Amino acid sequence: MSQTKLKLAIGLGATCSGCDMAIIDLAEKLTDVFNAVDIVFWPTASDQKLKEFEQLSDGSVDLGFYHGSIANEENKEIAQLLRKKTKALISFGACACHGGVPGLANLTTTKELFETVYKTPSTVNPDSRQPQSKTTIGGYSLQLPKKFDTVQCLHECVDVDYYLPGCPPEVPLLEKVIEAILTGKLPKKGETLAPNRILCDECPRKREEKKIPKIYRIQQISPDQEKCLLDQGVICLGPSTRMGCGAKCLEVNMPCRGCMGPTSKALDQGAKMIASLGSILGLEGEELMSEEEVKQLIDQVKDPLGLFYMFTLPASILKRRNMIQK
Amino acid sequence: MIDMTGKFEPQILGFLCNWCSYAGADLAGTSRTQYSPNLRVIRVMCSGRVDPTFVLAALKSGADGVLIAGCHPPSDCHYLTGNLKARRRYHLLLKLLDQLGIERERVRLEWVSASEGEKFARIVDEFTEQIRALGPNRLKSS
Amino acid sequence: MSEQPRIGIYLCHCGTNIAGVIDIKRLLAYVEKLPNVAVARDYTYMCSDPGQQLIRKDINENKVNRVVVAACSPTLHEPTFRKVLEEEGLSPYFFEMANVREQDTWVHMKNPEEALEIAKDTIRMSVARASRLEELRPKEVKVGRRALVIGGGISGISAALDLANAGFTVYMVEKSPTIGGRMAQLDKTFPTMDCSSCILTPKMVSVSRHPNVKLFTYAEVKDVQGFIGNFKVKVLQKPKYVDEKKCTSCTECAKICPVEVPDEFNANLSWRKAIYIPFPQAVPPSYVLDEENCLGLTPLACGKCKDVCDPSAIDYDQRAKEIELDVDTIIVATGYDPYNPLNDQEYNYGLFQNVVTSLEMERMLNASGPTSGKVVRPSDLEEPKRVAYVQCVGSRNERTNLYCSRVCCMYAVKQARQLKEKHPEIEVRIFYTDIRAFGKGFEEFYEKAARDYGVLFTRGRVAEILEDAKGRNLIVRAEDTLLGTPLEVETDLVVLSVGITPSIDANEIRKILKIPAGPDGFFSEAHPKLRPVDTVVDGVLIAGTAAGPKDIPDAVAQAKAAASGAASLMAPGVYVVEPYYATIDDTICGGCGTCVLLCPFRAISMEEKRAKINEALCKGCGACASACPAGAIKTNHFTDEQVMAQVEQAVAR
Repeated sequence: MSQTKLKLAIGLGATCSGCDMAIIDLAEKLTDVFNAVDIVFWPTASDQKLKEFEQLSDGSVDLGFYHGSIANEENKEIAQLLRKKTKALISFGACACHGGVPGLANLTTTKELFETVYKTPSTVNPDSRQPQSKTTIGGYSLQLPKKFDTVQCLHECVDVDYYLPGCPPEVPLLEKVIEAILTGKLPKKGETLAPNRILCDECPRKREEKKIPKIYRIQQISPDQEKCLLDQGVICLGPSTRMGCGAKCLEVNMPCRGCMGPTSKALDQGAKMIASLGSILGLEGEELMSEEEVKQLIDQVKDPLGLFYMFTLPASILKRRNMIQK
Repeated sequence: MIDMTGKFEPQILGFLCNWCSYAGADLAGTSRTQYSPNLRVIRVMCSGRVDPTFVLAALKSGADGVLIAGCHPPSDCHYLTGNLKARRRYHLLLKLLDQLGIERERVRLEWVSASEGEKFARIVDEFTEQIRALGPNRLKSS
Repeated sequence: MSEQPRIGIYLCHCGTNIAGVIDIKRLLAYVEKLPNVAVARDYTYMCSDPGQQLIRKDINENKVNRVVVAACSPTLHEPTFRKVLEEEGLSPYFFEMANVREQDTWVHMKNPEEALEIAKDTIRMSVARASRLEELRPKEVKVGRRALVIGGGISGISAALDLANAGFTVYMVEKSPTIGGRMAQLDKTFPTMDCSSCILTPKMVSVSRHPNVKLFTYAEVKDVQGFIGNFKVKVLQKPKYVDEKKCTSCTECAKICPVEVPDEFNANLSWRKAIYIPFPQAVPPSYVLDEENCLGLTPLACGKCKDVCDPSAIDYDQRAKEIELDVDTIIVATGYDPYNPLNDQEYNYGLFQNVVTSLEMERMLNASGPTSGKVVRPSDLEEPKRVAYVQCVGSRNERTNLYCSRVCCMYAVKQARQLKEKHPEIEVRIFYTDIRAFGKGFEEFYEKAARDYGVLFTRGRVAEILEDAKGRNLIVRAEDTLLGTPLEVETDLVVLSVGITPSIDANEIRKILKIPAGPDGFFSEAHPKLRPVDTVVDGVLIAGTAAGPKDIPDAVAQAKAAASGAASLMAPGVYVVEPYYATIDDTICGGCGTCVLLCPFRAISMEEKRAKINEALCKGCGACASACPAGAIKTNHFTDEQVMAQVEQAVAR
């Protein structure tokens, strides 16, 4: 007797499609997936049209994956559509969960972005054209989705059942999630489908007492392969980031950039990085520091926002840069 | 908030450490030193307890200014070094506020000892006027 | 499964202190509508018995399980109301106080509308916090009967004797070869003119003989771990190279020793040998071989002292030993060092031979001192005909120390009297800023010095001291502020009344014990008025000049207070710790190690990739909780949820 297959729909927001690659990276396991799951919508790898998907009855699709952030009108529409058609919706990948790298657009506005991007020294744009959401060419009306000033994560737009973080979610984690789905063992609604523990737990490096006298960028030193990068003065977001990715970046001598987002207990990944780094930077001899020396010490961190909120700005407390001029 | 006369009344949230600044604020009270009614106080045991998350949440919730008050560095802190952590976090937070387009003057770190009641009152007054000049926290309206 | 919070709000009128500014009726109408509020009452004096009774009744009738009192500052009455809850069977930590007096009505007396708004906001925040309070109970730690006294001066000795007499075990660790401290260097003590050694040495002997005291001299405390009832102390016992029990103080070794070094006990005014006894009444009464100045022990360069030692007490094979002590309380009585005026350019101490410090003068006055009681000028060893005292050297000065050293006025008057007693004809003039003669018999002592002994007092700070190169006399330039004229006075000997500074090891001890010190380096008491001998570290107390400049009566009083404090901690056998400690969520901690080193009390350690907090050591400051990048650390009674709830309720709705 053939079991009824689970129906799965995969929707795309403002995505690089790395999350699609993550699914494809399941490799041979995909056959197991296809045996148990019917993918009813997947623009990247499958041929169903949007119109067909729209015509499915609401809630008839068992599961939805949405990857990418919500940066324009179309992203929003797809998100809302996916929510309507699916019973359970998984916020798939860093962009959907936390806004991802595109979230850094929240440092600016659409207007500023367009003015910069469409006017570079190497761009041929003598009339200073910018994308318009509506135009008419040869009697035909063309539409581009309107770009939002503020990038949002999925849960700010629609109700989300589960979160699967990572840029992209690593294969071992994805395998566990698929397993849980196929055996009906997903946790209660609202949970993140990655361990609620920080990266240091699975990082193989040896850790010492945390007291950073000086900060280095990874290319400025010859890092010791065995020692914790933070102990060597390289800012690693591992302590404020969920595990589940296997600490692959650390294995190739790159510090963690925080793509899995924070644990459930840390409301704002960037704020926590400020709290922790501020505490351990210059810890030794802290009682001897003058106000000026403290400023110099902290000045070593050149770009706290870009570094600490690289993947999570839209999900943070303040969400975006305050653009209102005085 | 804009009061009934249309004047902007800053709303300032203060994190006062139990041993020094909270006692200093109490001293202002026992000395009947009057100051601007614009401060709301959250007592913590040490300025080192102040997580930058709290400050960001305060700004998000609409506070026009945030005051963190602790014991004088380097050696007054009741817990020895909490204030030193607060100081480093504060400077890092200021850099973040610059990048987020929030005036760094809205978040202030002050050292107030248990005997500095007068100083505390003057800080509240001065900070209130400074925020009044800056205007309301625009996060409220955005 | 915690039950739903039912909050009781009690508004205190505090007579008219609160009710005179805030309209209590309007406030009551507002607060009773707040979420989770089951009961809202008001009363004239909540801290009074009938006020407390309101709370008791509501708890007993199960109307409330959380209590918010809006009244004065929690620093005043939080313990009062916590006791009420505890007595009625509710966790005392289900209590929250809203400060609407010191931080509201008393500072906005002319703004009743704003004061009311502040009260509303404050209580709304307190209610949000109270809704999230957790059931905490204080912890108990076992405490034994062993005390460590660091420092064997008069303060350490006084504390040790009181404790030992009370039946406690006392370990005394003194860094120099003998106990006695600075008091042993003094000649007479003001205002009674008691001979210092005469009143000190019997106490020194009592300490060494006491069955309850174990004395370690020439030893230093190197490390202290643990907490009250459980201190683990590492003491470094330096080798004396002399067996204390065998030495008979026959002096033969010192006679034959070829090495001479300045004698610290005599303020470097005379010489001692490398093998020496600090002073004849030293306790323990043993010679000690100063390894640093000896010609050499390994390999043996001289060996003469051992040859002449009849009782064979000298033993070159002694080695430094590390001793571990388990103690329950610690008293820090590490004493002071006199201020060193070498860098004060105006006095030219060290350059002009006839400018001496008060300690040097003290040793000269002492009959067993370097000059057998004769006061002489260092340049020609002649007795001076004119002596000038400079007060406030190293004290009351922005360039040196801001504080007053408290003893210099009196000791200068004392020494002046002694000089006049020996030689009534010599002129003794004290250049002073104020004469601080505050103690019992002090004023009379000072008046007698001026009236009967003829000591001259000139009010004016000494600006400069010059030297007549030929006769090595000194010219003191000052202003006579009472006459309003500048003065130049020629004198034969200048005595600098140097102030009191913390002992040079104070900083080390401070780091080892984790007790705070003030900006001038003296150890800080837990509360300047009400807890003058406790420190913020439970079980560690301070006494004597280590805690601040003071004279002998005050030092002894403080030492006895410290002994009493230590006894109060040890006698009950248990110590109750407020449960304001932090805990680690094992399910989230990934062992990054951020928290471990930043804890100033070393309460956090790493065990198998998980941080662990020692609850007895943790003070609940919360530095680790805010620093933890995983959000794995929670501080009891000041959790993230509680604080965030207050943050969210702070801005007016």
